[in-house]
Amino acid sequence: MSPSVPLQEMIRAIRSARTQCEERGVIQRECAAIRAQFRQADNGGRSHNLAKLLYVHMLGYPAHFGQMECVRMIASPRYSEKRVGYLGAMMLLDEKQDASLLITNSIKNDLSNSNQYIQSLALCTLACMGSAEMCRDLAPEIDRLLRASNSYIKKKAALCAVHIVRKVHDLGELFTKAARSLLTEKNHGVVHGAVVLITELCERNSETLERFRKTVPDLVQIMKGLVISGYSPDHDVAGISDPFLQVRILRLLRILGRNNEGASDAMNDLLAQVATNTDSTKTVGNAVLYETVLTVLDIKSESGLRVLAVNILGRFLLNNDRNIRYIAMTSLQKIVGTDHNAVQRHRGTIVDCLKDQDASVKRRALDLSLALVSASNIRSMMKELLSFLSSCPPELRSQTASGIFNAAERYAPSQRWHIDTILHVLTTAGGDVRDETVPNLIQLITNTSELHCYTVHKLYRALLSDISQQPLVQVACWCIGEYGDLLLRGECQETEPVQVTEDDVLDVLETVLQSHMSFPSTRGFALTATMKLSTRITENVDRIRSIVSIYGSCIDVELQQRAVEYNALFKKYDHMSLFCSAAICIWMHLNNVQSAGLSPPLCGVSQVCDLLDLLGGSEQPLQPSPALGSTAPPMPVSTANTVGGDLLDLLGGLEPTPITLLFKRLMHSPWLNTDLKLMQPSTLSVFSVVATVTVYEKDGVTVTLSCEKQSDSGLTVTLTASNSTESDIRGFTLQAAVPKSVQLHMKAPSGDSLPARGAAKVTQMVVLNNPNKVA
Amino acid sequence: MSISETDRGLHRWSPHLACSSAGDFEMVAAVAARSGEQMQFMLLFSRQGKLRLQKWYVPLSDKEKKKITRELVQTVLARKPKMCSFLEWRDLKIVYKRYASLYFCCAIEDQDNELITLEIIHRYVELLDKYFGSVCELDIIFNFEKAYFILDEFLLGGEAQETSKKNVLKAIEQADLLQEPRHEYFNVPVY
Repeated sequence: MSPSVPLQEMIRAIRSARTQCEERGVIQRECAAIRAQFRQADNGGRSHNLAKLLYVHMLGYPAHFGQMECVRMIASPRYSEKRVGYLGAMMLLDEKQDASLLITNSIKNDLSNSNQYIQSLALCTLACMGSAEMCRDLAPEIDRLLRASNSYIKKKAALCAVHIVRKVHDLGELFTKAARSLLTEKNHGVVHGAVVLITELCERNSETLERFRKTVPDLVQIMKGLVISGYSPDHDVAGISDPFLQVRILRLLRILGRNNEGASDAMNDLLAQVATNTDSTKTVGNAVLYETVLTVLDIKSESGLRVLAVNILGRFLLNNDRNIRYIAMTSLQKIVGTDHNAVQRHRGTIVDCLKDQDASVKRRALDLSLALVSASNIRSMMKELLSFLSSCPPELRSQTASGIFNAAERYAPSQRWHIDTILHVLTTAGGDVRDETVPNLIQLITNTSELHCYTVHKLYRALLSDISQQPLVQVACWCIGEYGDLLLRGECQETEPVQVTEDDVLDVLETVLQSHMSFPSTRGFALTATMKLSTRITENVDRIRSIVSIYGSCIDVELQQRAVEYNALFKKYDHMSLFCSAAICIWMHLNNVQSAGLSPPLCGVSQVCDLLDLLGGSEQPLQPSPALGSTAPPMPVSTANTVGGDLLDLLGGLEPTPITLLFKRLMHSPWLNTDLKLMQPSTLSVFSVVATVTVYEKDGVTVTLSCEKQSDSGLTVTLTASNSTESDIRGFTLQAAVPKSVQLHMKAPSGDSLPARGAAKVTQMVVLNNPNKVA
Repeated sequence: MSISETDRGLHRWSPHLACSSAGDFEMVAAVAARSGEQMQFMLLFSRQGKLRLQKWYVPLSDKEKKKITRELVQTVLARKPKMCSFLEWRDLKIVYKRYASLYFCCAIEDQDNELITLEIIHRYVELLDKYFGSVCELDIIFNFEKAYFILDEFLLGGEAQETSKKNVLKAIEQADLLQEPRHEYFNVPVY
């Protein structure tokens, strides 16, 4: 067996290995030698061998065979062997290893050793890797040391106790008394240890916290001593006396003063003093100031003190040191909710930090900036945020985009500004926005009817330049489909109009359809838009037809289905009656609603009025007012068949009047049955809103109808009649007739007289069954 | 137990090496869900990513420690020179500072004060400097156990135990004197 080399030579040999393989060779040899040495009797080189093993372990090689050796070395009477043994224990034996229990006894013995450096080794090891059982075993020993030993040991025992409390919370009780008395000692190390221990005890147990509140005056005294009097060369760091202890005391004060007026008052002056007197030119001073600020903001401090604290943070924001700026923003983030105005004063500096090089600083600045947006600064803030969006690191884009949307929604000064902002975001960071942005934007556009022309122009232009940003493309396609006529008209008040032909518009949509960058959902939007345009343009219907029929054999099932349906529409109605166009418009509108994930109520009332216009309504003037349709003709119930019932379901969530009229028109139409058949059940089943529609209102009598789908072929209609005249109506009956294919079963009415002034209603249930599912 | 390709080389001759089955992240998170005020570990590594010292104050398996070390070293080495000394990593705060060719890296919890942690790192460097006399990376490599002894005299269980530089150095000196001269393994080869 080759003789082992001294530690340092081994290290040299390992370092000079040129390849990983060579290094492994050296280490393998050494480990073999070390193992052999372990097996031999004590030859005086044991600590040395273990040290070598520990080095090998640090390089990442396994060293578990040294665990037992550690246990043996710890038990050795020689100090050097104990020292390395304990080091090995801390490195190789964690609480998960069984061997760790074997050293408990050694630790116990060493804790009572006459030599304080041996005691120190035991304490250090226990505090580093002591398991819960070891802690329970040795806690009384530690308590003893806390009371009766020299300060060198006391300070270590205190921190050991901290570890014990962290591992076994109940043992906190044991140390409470000793901790209290340690506060009165002179030795800084001991006081520091005591403060840490008390902090730990207070955080674990609220009763203990109550008891320790009494120590606030003592703590204040100690702090005063550090801050004002005496220059202690031993503990001085750049002019601050024992900053480590100061920070610890401040933190304990924070815990004690939280939610407690009395304690907070007692420390008020001290905190003010520390805040004003601490020198902030070096990091160490700022560390103390930082802790002071955190404490002031967390306890029930006076408003003057709070303002002082926020001002310190403001000064930090202007500091050259990036670290200081970073922590200033972290702290401001915590208080932006409660001290909003104070933080607003520093908005300018925070916004400047958006341009910092460091990603962590940028992130903090972004969080804070978003929190500081308000109605008064929305325009300027949005400018900054938008420019940040175009240059920010990719991991922050999604957060920035959502933040901008939220802010825009809450504080938009005008709708045009709102739309512009969203469009800006979509063009810059379209790929990073959330899914619901598209339907939200569609809703927003729909609701701003005066800007339809402007919006469609802007989106058209955006689409011309870039079709890669999917959310933008989807919204643009939808818009062109809806308001393509405005685009083709070639005039716009808000912005420079484009002069396009129908072919140009169709070109754009076709490009989207064919582009490999478009998602399937985007293609869906484009296809539907193309179809919708067939009602708005006059010359190129054939082109639309050919586009649509191509997609009838598309691989994507969704697209294929739509194309086939649209195709069917085209085939049946060459002459494209107004009614068909209306039905198609409703249907496609609803279809888009589904694909955009919107619910029915979002179809604007104005939309439907347009559709009614298309139907050429000369019967009644349209009033899109919420007043019930008093101008409606009496509605024969007989045409309430299942398909119509479905339509009611679909449209039920909308305002009653225009829809009612529309519905009636459709009902009268001879094309109703065949066209509405095209509504796929899947589409319909999405909406199951129970609708109540007023079908008759004349001479004070109002009849409403509500439908509920029972099954595929069954429908229950509830008729409700009420009377708003001054006198009762007697002998009131309802009659219904249905086509031969539909079975009707009328249940008994609740009564036959309608009391005056709507005192009560008469209801009657009608069950309709359409077994053959004839439309 | 599955051994990844990269691990195979290291564990070639010890198939019994136990690997923790718990996910590292869960472990770190479980450990972190406490009072929120503790230094979890300290790492020293060179600019090439070689570990020079590792002190763990929370119980983690070897496998987890290796994973954390690897990831953190990569993250810190990727930082540019003028960047902030603080970064958020998993749910810990990492405070690091570079001294010559060595990175000193501490992981602290939510409630801890980052600036004072920087001061702790600085104090440790000062202690090393005083002890070794103008310390450099090689000192720490060839006398790694001394670096540990000094650290253990300054921090205990992750907290500062002695706030006076002088006292720490005095204690180390005294402890060194207790070393039995026959077993002094610094310069004397022992066969």
